[in-house]
Amino acid sequence: MSHSAPGLNYLNHAKGFKSWALSLDHKRIGVMYMVAVSLAFLAGGILALLVRLELLGPGETIMGPDAYNQSFTLHAVLMIFAFIIPAIPAVMGNFVLPIQVGAKDVAFPRLNLASFYIYLIGAAIAMTALVNGRIDGGWTFYAPYSTSIGNGILWVTSGVFVMGFSSILTGLNFIVTVHKMRAPGLTWNRLPLFIWSIYATSIVQVLATPVIGITVLLLFLEKALSIGIFDPALGGDPVLFQHFFWFYSHPAVYIMILPAFGVISDLMGTFSRHQVSGYKFVALSSVAIAFLGFLVWGHHMFVSGQSAVSSIVFSLITYLIGIPTGVKVINWVQTMYKGSVQLKSPMLYAIMFLFTFSIGGFTGIMLGVLAIDVHLHDTYFVVAHFHYVMMGGNVIAALGGLHYWWPKFFGKMYNETLAKIAAILVFTGFNVTFFPQFILGAQGMPRRYYDYLPQYEGLHALSTYGSWILAAGLFLIAGYLIASFFTGKKAGLNPWGALTLEWTHTTTPPDHHNFHDTPVVTRGAYDYHLAGHLFQNGGEVTELDLGGDGAGAAPEVAPLSHEPAH
Amino acid sequence: MANPHTNQPAHVKHYFVSSEQQFDAAKMGMWLFLVTEILLFSGMFVAYTIYRSWHPETWAALSTALDWKLGGLNTIVLLASSFTVAMGINQIQRGNQKGLLINLVLTFVFAGMFLVVKYFEYSAKFEHGLFPGAAFDPHGVSHGFDYATYNVPYGPQFFSIYFVMTGIHGFHVLVGMGLFAWITVKALKGRFSAEYYTPVENAGLYWHLVDIIWIFLFPLLYLI
Repeated sequence: MSHSAPGLNYLNHAKGFKSWALSLDHKRIGVMYMVAVSLAFLAGGILALLVRLELLGPGETIMGPDAYNQSFTLHAVLMIFAFIIPAIPAVMGNFVLPIQVGAKDVAFPRLNLASFYIYLIGAAIAMTALVNGRIDGGWTFYAPYSTSIGNGILWVTSGVFVMGFSSILTGLNFIVTVHKMRAPGLTWNRLPLFIWSIYATSIVQVLATPVIGITVLLLFLEKALSIGIFDPALGGDPVLFQHFFWFYSHPAVYIMILPAFGVISDLMGTFSRHQVSGYKFVALSSVAIAFLGFLVWGHHMFVSGQSAVSSIVFSLITYLIGIPTGVKVINWVQTMYKGSVQLKSPMLYAIMFLFTFSIGGFTGIMLGVLAIDVHLHDTYFVVAHFHYVMMGGNVIAALGGLHYWWPKFFGKMYNETLAKIAAILVFTGFNVTFFPQFILGAQGMPRRYYDYLPQYEGLHALSTYGSWILAAGLFLIAGYLIASFFTGKKAGLNPWGALTLEWTHTTTPPDHHNFHDTPVVTRGAYDYHLAGHLFQNGGEVTELDLGGDGAGAAPEVAPLSHEPAH
Repeated sequence: MANPHTNQPAHVKHYFVSSEQQFDAAKMGMWLFLVTEILLFSGMFVAYTIYRSWHPETWAALSTALDWKLGGLNTIVLLASSFTVAMGINQIQRGNQKGLLINLVLTFVFAGMFLVVKYFEYSAKFEHGLFPGAAFDPHGVSHGFDYATYNVPYGPQFFSIYFVMTGIHGFHVLVGMGLFAWITVKALKGRFSAEYYTPVENAGLYWHLVDIIWIFLFPLLYLI
């Protein structure tokens, strides 16, 4: 337990490649994940831009149909397995979760580092499909088509299997950390909502991911040995594959969206300067969503030939998910209504999220309606819905979280004006890209098609123009964030005046061991009514006495003295 | 042995506040991992259930191709190994390092025996073309029995499921042997005591799961 010298933090306490590559520090692992996940997002994003460019006009624009099919497939595989699933949990969860629970690290730091390398290996294996044979059936790998194409499927299924391990290990680590390593006084009712949502996410990761593991393993064997489990030509059942696949992949969309809910809750509390309304409801609705998420996979299969009774039951349970989700959205709006909203750039993303995610959520319920789904199934409407919840939900929230925690990560402020411009570009570009796709889908444009009738040209072109605006916004963000390393103002200890432990009880950037002394928590994560005299209602705090000798500027959250904890 | 900075025993990592917290965390992590294992196998049990209910006559005919005597022997071997690993944990809880070592070695030997029996079972199947999936081609006569009679519709699927399920189970046995080898080396160095035996406890939990899965596989594949 070294009391590090002033100025030393997790970034500079040790130098050199090995001190990073072999680091067991959850913060460094989080930063390494950030780099890897950003590269996956960049690669997937470039593929998306190419796909949109191809769809600018009917007929061949920049690539042939085979290249197009492979591009959208790889776009989806990269974005889903290599980007969205790890994005918030593995980057922000890794960095923030142990500090928010007042621990010195996650419960299993070596597993944590292992999960990072397993993720890298899995992503690399999946990427080799690009050169090892075509893989063009879409990210759902439906048998028997997926086993009838080239050997690329062997690589992609292996990659997904390996990345699944990484996801399980991360989830397992977080569950144990939240259960066993909370600081004294940090009861479940005082946990930041970000923790609650990561916790719910982790449960889904641990319970659902093994099923995709066995599914892709069987698919691998189907291709390699023709075992005849899924291929109807060999006596297998392709609908069984769809059941297996969606038993994971539906809960997986909650792996993608639940962490986003957590980020938004933290942003809403912090930038509304108000206790998040209905704290317990918001917290438990995450768990409710995680639970219900396991019971709705059949709504992807309304036209697959499953029984009408199954379809009706799956449809009804799908409506139920709207309830806990609605509880969250209403409580966030209530928090803003009761609070005093500060329109800093992270909050812009939180507000954006309310619009884009709500559109995504409502259209999801529309798609859960049996009669409507038969009309909209496999059209651009589904594509638009999916991107409104995944990009409009997860990515927007991830950007909000990134802007919120960036000063904590690296101790530098970014250019707030550019951040606001970028936020507006992202919001505009996103809606211009994906809203026309709802209309295209309702008019009957099928998803995944290389070519289309001239009547769809206008909306397709609009969607492509939107993708350029969106890309401009995202590149602008990358630009000013990187620039902040060189020209950014030094971040204060608590630039947002937030009340969770990562802002109140550690340095910026955090100390290598997070805390000099284990914190003792005596209040909730969003007790902003106590904050008036502490943080001048959100005014920037540059000096906060974190000395080990006393409570310093945060009397409600006194650090424990040198006594061994309980 | 105590860590001078934290006043904790040396085995306690710096990010834990106590030995109990570290033990509880490790054990909870192991239980969660076992849940994922059950879910991994659940997919195969679902596939088994569906194909069995669709083609009961194939299942009835081909389960006789599996040698219930060898399967039964393996069941006894695995049960014995579960007993020895439980005894090992019991011994180290009482601080008996020698008792732990003996039981670890016995467990390792039983696990090896299981795989040896499995090897003979598999090679007998391969010899007569009882392969999974497309390679399925039963042929040859042994002890007056013509294997070609196993050439029934959906036979390849039965053997696909048999080999996939027992193969993945066998892989888990192999991993278990690796675990016990590693723990035996640590036990030889005297790393475990009545105060610290977390890896033994967790490897034992894992091993019981491997055993339980076999307890289900044996009757489902060999007996019914």
